[in-house]
Amino acid sequence: MPYGLKIALRYLTAGKAQTGLLIAGVAVGVFVFVFISALIGGLGLFLVQRTVGDIAHVSVEAPDREAGLLLPGGEGRILLAEQRAATRREQLRTAAAFLPLIEALPGVRAVSPQIVGNGFLVRGQQRAPVGVTGVEADKVSAIADIGGHLVAGSAALTNTTVLIGSTLARDIGVEVGQVVGLLSDRDIERPLLVGGIFELGLEALDSRAAFVSLAAARTLFELPQGISRIEIKLDDLDAADAYAARIAADTGLAATPWTAGNAQLLSGLRAQENSSNLIKAFALISIVIGVASALLLSTYRRRSEIGIMRAMGASRSFVVAVFVIQGALIGILGGLAGAGLGYLLLAPFPPPDLATAGDLPIDVRQGAYGLAIGLTALGAILASILPARAAARVDPVTVITQ
Amino acid sequence: MSETLLEVRNLHKTYGEGSTATHVLHGLDLRLEAGELCALLGPSGSGKSTLLTILGTLMQPSSGQHEMLGRDLTQAGDRELTEFRNRHIGFVFQFHHLLPDFTALENVIFPAAVEAGRETAAMRGRGRELLARVGLADRIDFLATELSGGQKQRVAIARALMNTPELVLADEPTGNLDRESADRVMQLIEEINRDQGTTFLISTHDEKIAAYCRRQIRVVDGRTA
Repeated sequence: MPYGLKIALRYLTAGKAQTGLLIAGVAVGVFVFVFISALIGGLGLFLVQRTVGDIAHVSVEAPDREAGLLLPGGEGRILLAEQRAATRREQLRTAAAFLPLIEALPGVRAVSPQIVGNGFLVRGQQRAPVGVTGVEADKVSAIADIGGHLVAGSAALTNTTVLIGSTLARDIGVEVGQVVGLLSDRDIERPLLVGGIFELGLEALDSRAAFVSLAAARTLFELPQGISRIEIKLDDLDAADAYAARIAADTGLAATPWTAGNAQLLSGLRAQENSSNLIKAFALISIVIGVASALLLSTYRRRSEIGIMRAMGASRSFVVAVFVIQGALIGILGGLAGAGLGYLLLAPFPPPDLATAGDLPIDVRQGAYGLAIGLTALGAILASILPARAAARVDPVTVITQ
Repeated sequence: MSETLLEVRNLHKTYGEGSTATHVLHGLDLRLEAGELCALLGPSGSGKSTLLTILGTLMQPSSGQHEMLGRDLTQAGDRELTEFRNRHIGFVFQFHHLLPDFTALENVIFPAAVEAGRETAAMRGRGRELLARVGLADRIDFLATELSGGQKQRVAIARALMNTPELVLADEPTGNLDRESADRVMQLIEEINRDQGTTFLISTHDEKIAAYCRRQIRVVDGRTA
């Protein structure tokens, strides 16, 4: 064992109570660091999952067609023009060629080609406006987890069934197994059987969404070929911007990441992260001050021993090493204890994806344990430099002549 | 013919500056031959401790020449002096100055371990031999705080001998001991000097202690008389 390490260990073990308290103090600081990391990380994940969990991470759509003049422009007043259709978008005619390309990208979890449009759900005299989404039967839960949020019926889609939200079902008074009419904005109506009722917790979907098969949507919106859009789900939703850029570059289509429509959420998350970093920085500063003051006190208390060591031939660098090693050991042991305590205390909390209202959305996986231990050890080493330098300056003559 | 171990010429030491300056050594000359057992006598304030501190390379003189083993130590830097002190000089202090959290054996081997950067079995073996030599074979694993005053001083002598130094400087080594313990310590120093040829320079104001030494050097007003 290096001799400096032996002396440092002996000094730490000589005052067990003092060393124990010092390590406990560091551990508390590290615990705060871990707790805040897990809480803010978990809260961020919770908010993002709640917001983004049931929407596409990247949407590929054909750009809106510019409304053109029906008569050649020129002199005189324009009396007739085409109005941009609010209910009809350009379709992706060549989607079939792009789909395998997008599906083959690593990190793409699901790809859902869709036909979307507006219409009314009709039952007797009641009519409710709905946004209709036509999806492939086996991909009904690829983007929004419809199957996981069913309150009645089944998520299996056929050409004659429709899945609707719970609020919508209540509004028009239908239940699973009953027939409703779906009238599209192309003025085509089809009778459909309510196959399932879902409750995603998002009012916009629960009260206005209707999912039908792709084939049913083709009939309703008179689209014998092509699709309206492609929705893409990624493994890492933080990579949405990069994927959108890449898909746009590869396909020449407009690819929009989820972040484009959620600037406020992102801004809130950033503010949250900044607050978290500030708290963690204060925790680290308090650790550094605690270690520095304890080691300075130790330097003062052991002045005579330092003087003796210097008289016996210990170099200044050896004395510095003894105190820096003490700082490092305190930092590492306190860091391990705090991180371990943090993990043990936070592990029982349910992960944010399983958290229910009222739960602390703590994500034990985001405790930043390695970072906490590493920064604490580094901070403790830096904190020990001042006491170590003070120790190295002890004049052996003043000590041995006292 | 004996060999010169150490020589200082025209040594001056002044503490402070200007009107507060205190002149402690005034052109002191001294030469020690290898294997000598010398007593350094003089009243309090005569400059004995200052001289020992300079000879032990813990402090530089204000002016004058200081040579040991043929090396001029007057101009040496801190690192060089630290290494020199570790290898060639042993210290025994009045208040023993052992490391309290270390055992007798750990205290003894400290000078060798700090030089090598680690403890070795060979060091521990030599440490045990030295402790046996000073009559403390049964106190090897006792903490310094668990030893009596006389035992501590014998551990300090063993520590001073660990690196087989050419010179051991002892500043009032018996000043804190009763007569019986003081005599045992001096007998031990006399034996080691005789058997190993280690040079001892012992600062004391006790004539009985000085009587153990073959040479007495008197310091009066910062000069050798």
